[in-house]
Amino acid sequence: MILEAVRFAFSGIAANKMRSALTTLGIVIGISAVIALLAVGAGTQNSIKSQIAKLGTNVLTVNRSVSTGGRSTGGSATSTRSQSTNLTQADQQALQDPVLAPDVAATAPVVQAQSITAALGTSTHSIASTLGTTGDYFGITDFAAAAGRVLNAGDTGQSVVVLGNSVAADLAANTASLVGQSVSLNGQQFTVVGVLAAKGTSGLNDPDDVAMVPIDTAKDKFTGYSLSLSSIAVQAKSADVMVQAQNEIQQILDARHQVTEANRDYQVRNQAQLLTTATSTTQTLTTLLGAVAGISLLVGGIGVMNIMLVTVTERTREIGIRKAIGATRGNIVAQFLVESLIVSVLGGVMGILLGVGISSIPLFGVTPEVQWWTVWLSVGVSAAIGLVFGIYPANKAARLRPIDALRYE
Amino acid sequence: MSGITSSAATLPYPSAPGRAAQHPVISLSAVHKIYGEGEAEVRALDGVGLSIARGEFVAIIGASGSGKSTMMNIIGCLDAPTSGEYRLDGIATGELDEHQLAQIRNRKIGFVFQNFNLIPRTRAVDNVAMPLAYRGVSRRERHERAMAALDAVGLSERASHLPSQLSGGQQQRVAIARALVTEPVLLLADEPTGALDTHASHEVLDLFDSLHATGRSIVMITHELDVAARAERTVRMQDGLIIADSRTGGVA
Repeated sequence: MILEAVRFAFSGIAANKMRSALTTLGIVIGISAVIALLAVGAGTQNSIKSQIAKLGTNVLTVNRSVSTGGRSTGGSATSTRSQSTNLTQADQQALQDPVLAPDVAATAPVVQAQSITAALGTSTHSIASTLGTTGDYFGITDFAAAAGRVLNAGDTGQSVVVLGNSVAADLAANTASLVGQSVSLNGQQFTVVGVLAAKGTSGLNDPDDVAMVPIDTAKDKFTGYSLSLSSIAVQAKSADVMVQAQNEIQQILDARHQVTEANRDYQVRNQAQLLTTATSTTQTLTTLLGAVAGISLLVGGIGVMNIMLVTVTERTREIGIRKAIGATRGNIVAQFLVESLIVSVLGGVMGILLGVGISSIPLFGVTPEVQWWTVWLSVGVSAAIGLVFGIYPANKAARLRPIDALRYE
Repeated sequence: MSGITSSAATLPYPSAPGRAAQHPVISLSAVHKIYGEGEAEVRALDGVGLSIARGEFVAIIGASGSGKSTMMNIIGCLDAPTSGEYRLDGIATGELDEHQLAQIRNRKIGFVFQNFNLIPRTRAVDNVAMPLAYRGVSRRERHERAMAALDAVGLSERASHLPSQLSGGQQQRVAIARALVTEPVLLLADEPTGALDTHASHEVLDLFDSLHATGRSIVMITHELDVAARAERTVRMQDGLIIADSRTGGVA
């Protein structure tokens, strides 16, 4: 009997091809929107993850804390230690203790110079981030030289610079040709020893808009000689021992700075935390996109119900005939329910194909990734739409009294 | 839906099947049908008693408003009487629920309507086979029986035509084939010639005659006296009552 209902339903659909097609289209748009938009959301998440991975997944950064006002030292209750002296190169070297910090692989001191403009001939470039550091920094942050070399111990005190790819590209068309040339940084001459390979943009921040000089040179020429570091870059032995490495760093620095967890004057951040924050942001975005798509699916479902109601009204007489010749309520419900199911499931299948198709095209600079669970969900939802929005019209049809239905013109 | 085949046993058939032939096909006793209430009350049927035996060809005639359409609805199990008893082939229909009434219509009655009432955009053979589909007959058997029924009304070569491709007379013959395909105990025709020209009317009435000759029970509602004259018995109605019941002896 179900087979009969399917046959009757198909003939009903075929009887009004244009209308059936438009109704189906509503579901197609809804389902494909759900799949494509959720794929875009997932794609965004993936690209953010990969950008953060570029920064190094096992990198910890020790920063001076800006939230702590100060701490008392020795017997002087009123003396507050200046924030600028909190992190020193001695701190950095202390972190390289293989006994106290077995999970730390490498460390590098970082001083940051502000507002540095690079110039070569008539080309200038305002560098977003100019760092004074050591050779270890490149390994920790996964920067490699595309031409020339990165900094090494022999550069100490020398006026040499390693340029990030974006900086180099602004100064010369052929970035490799810069190696060995002299560029000026805020009017002081530096010899370019290397140009870094591009990491690629991560949205707002350009990780390639950097320049690195030896740390002593940076202090000498830009920041002034002080003990203070901007930060310490730390590489853990692996991504799995991030927490241990962080604890070890905190133990060492707490002892050196005579602080406790309550009044720490520095903070250790790891990229995983950054990842968590970014992920929750994109998850919100994905939820929003999904909600919008879900609404369009709902509208499509209402379209199905609307058309089924029209169909029932239009075929009142047919329902009367069928009842007169022996169709039960169940037969009539089945016929119209199957009809709405076919329309919505057909729309669902086509919507999945369209949605997957759309998802293969990069949108807004991200490559969408189809979430296969959304496909199964869509199949379920489209079937549910057929049932939920079909049951009312089908029942309405089944409840018609045959004499009323037969009299209907 | 699956109940169609399985619930045959639930129908209150008479206890001894062998005696079924002795039941009148239709037995109405003190049937009232009242619409509305109070001032607006309309007594469409006001105490009707009627018995029609197996094999009879009966015409129910009357002016519009006489209650003959209400009679047709009640006899066809499309409507229930307000009071009184209606037995169809020995089955007391008042005790049946909607589902069982649908089965009764499917098994016991073949309907022929004034305006044919074929399902549009559906081939003649599929229209004829449709009552069998609601009974759970297999597709092949349905097709065979539908073709046989179409053959019986002389339309087997039009089996694949759509209703819109058939003349009025042909459509009515398809409708008669649909009514006969289930081998019902009663052929119930409501103004079967009302929408047909004289020639097609004769075709249809000749078909009724030959069906009657093979022993089929036919009840025909009409307001045309010459059409009623083809029946062997004429029941005349007025104001919800039977005012005359005469045997004319069939075709003059």
